Amino acid sequence: MGTTREITLSDLDDISRGAAILGTGGGGDPYIGRLLATAALREHGPVPLVDLGELEPGAAVLPVAMMGAPTVMVEKLPSVDQIGLAATTLATYLGRELTHVACAEAGGVNSLIPVAAAAQLGLPLVDADGMGRAFPEIQMVLPTLYGIRATPMAIADEKGNRGVLDTVDNHWAERLARSATIDMGCSAMISTYAMTGAQARDSLVPGTLSLCAELGALVRSARAGFRDPVDAVVARLGGRRLFTGKVTDVVRRTVTGFARGEATLAGMDGDTGAELVLRFQNEHLVAERDGTTVAAVPDLVCTLDRESGEAVTTESLRYGQRLTVIAAPADPRWHSPEGLALAGPAYFGYEVAR
Amino acid sequence: MRIGIDVGGTNTDAVLLDGRRVLAAVKTSTTEDVTSGIVTAIGELQRQHAFDPAAVRAVMIGTTHFINALVEARRLAPTAALRLSLPAGASLPPMVDWPRRLVDAISGRAYLCHGGHEFDGRHIAELDEGELRKAAEDMGRAGVRSVAISSVFSPVNAEFETRAAEIVAAELPGVAISLSHEIGRIGLLERENATVVNAALRELAAHIVDGLASSVSGAGITAPLYLSQNDGTLMDVDFARRYPVATFASGPTNSMRGAAVLSGLDTCAVVDVGGTTSDIGVLAGGFPREATTDVSVAGIRTNFRMPDVLSIGIGGGSLVTGEPADVAVGPRSVGYELTAKALVFGGDTLTATDIAVAAGRVAIGDPERVAHLDPDLVRAALGRIAADAADAVDRMRTSAEPLPVVAVGGGSILLPDELAGTGEVHRPEHYAVANAIGAAIAQIGGEVDRVYAIEPGHRDSVVDEAKQEAVDRAVAAGASPSTVEIVDFDEVPIPYLPGNATRIRVKAVGDLQLGG
Repeated sequence: MGTTREITLSDLDDISRGAAILGTGGGGDPYIGRLLATAALREHGPVPLVDLGELEPGAAVLPVAMMGAPTVMVEKLPSVDQIGLAATTLATYLGRELTHVACAEAGGVNSLIPVAAAAQLGLPLVDADGMGRAFPEIQMVLPTLYGIRATPMAIADEKGNRGVLDTVDNHWAERLARSATIDMGCSAMISTYAMTGAQARDSLVPGTLSLCAELGALVRSARAGFRDPVDAVVARLGGRRLFTGKVTDVVRRTVTGFARGEATLAGMDGDTGAELVLRFQNEHLVAERDGTTVAAVPDLVCTLDRESGEAVTTESLRYGQRLTVIAAPADPRWHSPEGLALAGPAYFGYEVAR
Repeated sequence: MRIGIDVGGTNTDAVLLDGRRVLAAVKTSTTEDVTSGIVTAIGELQRQHAFDPAAVRAVMIGTTHFINALVEARRLAPTAALRLSLPAGASLPPMVDWPRRLVDAISGRAYLCHGGHEFDGRHIAELDEGELRKAAEDMGRAGVRSVAISSVFSPVNAEFETRAAEIVAAELPGVAISLSHEIGRIGLLERENATVVNAALRELAAHIVDGLASSVSGAGITAPLYLSQNDGTLMDVDFARRYPVATFASGPTNSMRGAAVLSGLDTCAVVDVGGTTSDIGVLAGGFPREATTDVSVAGIRTNFRMPDVLSIGIGGGSLVTGEPADVAVGPRSVGYELTAKALVFGGDTLTATDIAVAAGRVAIGDPERVAHLDPDLVRAALGRIAADAADAVDRMRTSAEPLPVVAVGGGSILLPDELAGTGEVHRPEHYAVANAIGAAIAQIGGEVDRVYAIEPGHRDSVVDEAKQEAVDRAVAAGASPSTVEIVDFDEVPIPYLPGNATRIRVKAVGDLQLGG
């Protein structure tokens, strides 16, 4: 394991800042995740970070995530035991010795929760995730395209309640997990998509935790050097600037448990006179410039503060904010017919000519 | 008549107002004990414009004293943070993200007990009264003098905080108790942080408020005394004793609101030029636009509602360096040593004030001492200041519409009469005491911030109910009912929750009802 790196306390700020960018407006504020990871690293020491390519085919990899409402997560904080409980519960059910923890999504709070879980369980963390970004629903991960199932999955609350779901398909997993989460008070730890090392190498998006750390460091150093942090992010993601403007209107409504809405931006700088509309469901889904779609899921649409380059979540969008909106390509597998069916614009109810 | 007083770190400013007319305005030095500076300021007002103390209907004080006490970590009480959340929450105990030196400064002790609510009102766990008594006993042994109590989802249901306060008060009579649902909103750590900070300031608040009250009554004034809060509204002294944390952002708020009154503009950008920095904020409808991100104070994350202020490093004491082609102004400053170090005061450092004197914008100190300055350098430095200020104002603008700019503060002579891209700079009379005027004209507010479960078809009645409650709170706090209006309304659906859970925030304000 000559190439093993470690996640230490000093990496967490950068990971958190980068995770908020890949969160594409959703994923929850990584602040709580950063604090949990900080507390766990203080207690248990650094977490070894393993490249996807280094995984033994027989490794037992368990992604860990927090499931629930971001508004609840900032109010009802986890217990100490809860953080690793879903993973150990699932391992017991599977009758396997757990060897690695992984991230279900790269973005927001769930980039940091697995760091805390790995530290607590004394296990290495895989430098990869199931989405390469954040999406709102459990089945929206690339392993789904490889026939890897969400269940058996485990869910655990702060009281010590644990549940194992073994469902007929991933949509049932989403449905049952969601109702269990609500009964558990809308903030639960889950472990799902148990996979072998070989499956992880095939199906996960490699290097995304490193990418979070790198994005965070780029923003930090660009700002320190008085360079444009947005440029640095766009260049690293191979993306493009869509628009710079001021938020002039935000409309929100709750549809089937999700926060859907639109934000309108009036152009500034080179975009003066134009208008951009962002449509979101927790995460940004579609960006329309003067009525024409210019970016859409599964690609990443990120809202960054025009000055600082910090990600701005859809929850915190407010009149008057000055934002730069960027788009970045998703993992190419998301653009396959199966990928688009899972998390493309049509799934979210948008017709987009492509 | 009313008196407005602003107690800053350096200056204590006071104004005597009749309606919105300024009868007298004075600037004096802030004193270590705060109160003797206020006595001096009221005496100066009396000299400038003789008035009958009995004719003063209200005294409003804005102060940065409490935020400074936190930043400087002095005069803070030994404090305990008691959180009702178990079995949840133990992963991140109270004060987990605080700078070590501040935890030490308040001898901070954290206690976790059972309790708290789920988002839908269920109990996470029942209160364990024996456990609470044990915690209180331990606090007593450790010499804790102030207690902050937080409970999960207390902004939605405060019953556990209230009950725990009764138990702690019974065990520890005389100890000050601060409850999180009265101080912050959703977001446990931020709300709890603000509550712990408040608790640590309670003893100081009692001391200062007593001092303020006695210095005002010592001047023969019998009118009620108010302190200004972060959002530009007032609190009475009893409230101020219990919630000193609510004064934290009153400084910039008062200076912006004062600028609005002085200029007659209620939607404008305000540039407050001090000695080291200039603060730029935006007023909409007479109230400062609030920051949308969480605000850190002295390294502690809070969710106070603070005005959105952009600070740039240009002030009267800013160092001016370089040649005309590459002149730099600030961010380094001689600060409070301006009267010793600036050229016009016989010092040897070229400051922005020297540039203003050389350009004939203001006559202070000895103009002869800057007569030798290269006119090109003077022009270039003023150009630099104007360009930086114009850029900052532009960054704060929220629409392409031209936004009038009001310049206040002692250093505002540095600004030109017109800013590129925004137009005329309004420089109202009494600009140097805008903050004291802002304190004097502050209004009384009432606020509601709660999560509601909205049944289909009942949105309007829920919204009306929330608005009425905010209005009722403003009136209960002393606002004249006929003047109360809703100034802020925000409705945010909460994702993933069933039953259309929606967080509604309403703020109502009205003019202070003046007695007699």
